[in-house]
Amino acid sequence: MATVEVKNLVKNFGTTKAVKGISFTIDKGEIFGLIGPNGAGKTTALRVISTLLQINSGEVRIMDHDVKKQSDEVRKLISYLPEDAGAYKTLTGRAYLIFIANFFNEKNTQKMVERGIEIADLGERIDDKVDTYSKGMKRRLLVGRALMTDPKLAILDEPTSGLDVINAQEIRKIIKDTARKGTTVLLSSHNMLEVEYMCDRIALIAEGIIVEKGKPKALMEKYNANNIEEVFTQVVA
Amino acid sequence: MNTLVNIIKKELKELLTPATILPIVVIAIIFGSIGSSMEGIQEELDEKPVLGVINEDNSDLSKIVTSILENESEIIFNSSDIADKQYGLEQVKQQDGMALIVINKNFSTDILNDTRGGLEVYWIMKGAGIFDTISSGVIEQLITSINREISKSLIEDNTTVNASIALWPTSRIDTTYFKDREIRLTPGAISGMLSSQSMLIPIVIMMIIIMAGNMVISSMALEKENKTLETLLTLPVKRTHIVTGKIVASAIIGLLFAVVYMFGMSRYLQGFQMSGGLNLADFDMTLTFSDFLLIGISLFITLIAALALCMLLGTMAKNYKSAQTLTFPVTMLAMIPMFVTMFADFDTLPLVFKGLLFAIPFSHPMMAPRALIFNDYTLVIAGIIYVSIFAIISISIVVWVFKTDRLLTGSVKRKRSSFFRKRT
Repeated sequence: MATVEVKNLVKNFGTTKAVKGISFTIDKGEIFGLIGPNGAGKTTALRVISTLLQINSGEVRIMDHDVKKQSDEVRKLISYLPEDAGAYKTLTGRAYLIFIANFFNEKNTQKMVERGIEIADLGERIDDKVDTYSKGMKRRLLVGRALMTDPKLAILDEPTSGLDVINAQEIRKIIKDTARKGTTVLLSSHNMLEVEYMCDRIALIAEGIIVEKGKPKALMEKYNANNIEEVFTQVVA
Repeated sequence: MNTLVNIIKKELKELLTPATILPIVVIAIIFGSIGSSMEGIQEELDEKPVLGVINEDNSDLSKIVTSILENESEIIFNSSDIADKQYGLEQVKQQDGMALIVINKNFSTDILNDTRGGLEVYWIMKGAGIFDTISSGVIEQLITSINREISKSLIEDNTTVNASIALWPTSRIDTTYFKDREIRLTPGAISGMLSSQSMLIPIVIMMIIIMAGNMVISSMALEKENKTLETLLTLPVKRTHIVTGKIVASAIIGLLFAVVYMFGMSRYLQGFQMSGGLNLADFDMTLTFSDFLLIGISLFITLIAALALCMLLGTMAKNYKSAQTLTFPVTMLAMIPMFVTMFADFDTLPLVFKGLLFAIPFSHPMMAPRALIFNDYTLVIAGIIYVSIFAIISISIVVWVFKTDRLLTGSVKRKRSSFFRKRT
């Protein structure tokens, strides 16, 4: 059983067709990248899979749960990190993690919070207010929040967006380690080089359609390209 | 294009949005309506008051009274027998009159024997609002004229009466009939006594609604602005819990405000009430425990309805700044019933205004205390039922919005954008 099954997913906003019938599957423990330029439909697809947006047609199943009909069940399995997500400014990093942990019906929320603190790796600053954090610190806290719940599926929208090289590398490492421990990861990025390094498989999306998918290495060989950027250019052209 | 003109054009485009124009238009309409109401009162004051008269005395001095009343008012009932009093009152009530004036037996004899001549004024009071009692001033003026004319007559005839009697020769007993009660006071005094409630409660309720409402709208706007809403919506928490949690938290803060304001305002208004020397309890116009309970229920349900409405508005907020504009409709809906209940009585309003006032959910706890003093339980209970339905519908709509794309995509915004795109 695949962790994620997307079949002919269509999402419209009024007359604008954002996602035009995409299909893909993701296996357990796999890091799957949805790659495309700005406005290609990546975030919309992730928001639909995260139960935030309603489906116009098609089907999305997470661990065999229908996103449309069993959204409450799906939310127990997933963890979503939006691209420009924020945390409650009046809370400390620790209080924010406790607030999130309390939504999960676990006996030991303390253990979950400790895991979040470990991933965020903010040292003593974890007890400072979120408002005082730098962008990189905030993103690390949010990654900690997203992964501390040990989700079956982590949906990460541009996880390293706007971060410096050091912070971005640390977050990539955290994501890879998490997948190694069995969490399935679906991420989006317009940074094709990053995806090439991180993902087991990728899908190239342009104007709401998946134009190509496969393992990064296999795609580069297929299109005789040096990197995924070149693959994408050839496919779209 | 001139750079200055270019900047002015850009600034005007930014400033002249529906959000800035609408408040000005609404405020202009409100002031216009207040002006029209004042004109209406002025017209009422200019009209001759409708009265009934019973003259038991039939002397020269009492004839001065009747002639002034006949000249300055419209007499719809005239009698010389006190036994007709009840019938006379019914006639005055039926013909929308203001009062029945009785000139006591021995009116002249008493004055000539250094005792003030007795007049009894039986007022028909329709409403306890400030506007409702302004017209009673016309009769007060008539009584002043009566005293002046009798004084003149006494002085001209060289009558030997005590100087103080000559200067003010009549005494007066006032009885007011209001909402099936007989109260030994003038309508002005009754209205004054009730004013502590008609001012305190509407002001406090208005402030709570505006402040608690603002909190909910701002909370929604901040969730969007700080990008925390998307995360919250993907957590294993029911949409109804998110909505209820926000409403209940704001309601608790709102009720806390209510207690603090109520304490402060009641101390403030106590000074005014004591200066009149009259107490509602002396006239059996007090609220019982069950009345307070009904007011509490009405206030709580109204607060929930207000917060649900604010939450609905908050879902439309794009950010904290736009949230400030969205509080305007709630502010207006809280201010309109506040002013209406302060200045007028629900019972004396025209049917259309009655309907509008009833439809505004925030009116009900403002109207409840006065209604309960006069045992009008129907209005209060009907109000509670209506506001409960309003609250349930509002919460259901909010929960529905939380389950749709509208919360994140803001369909209203998209439509507007396309409208402006077409124009540019």
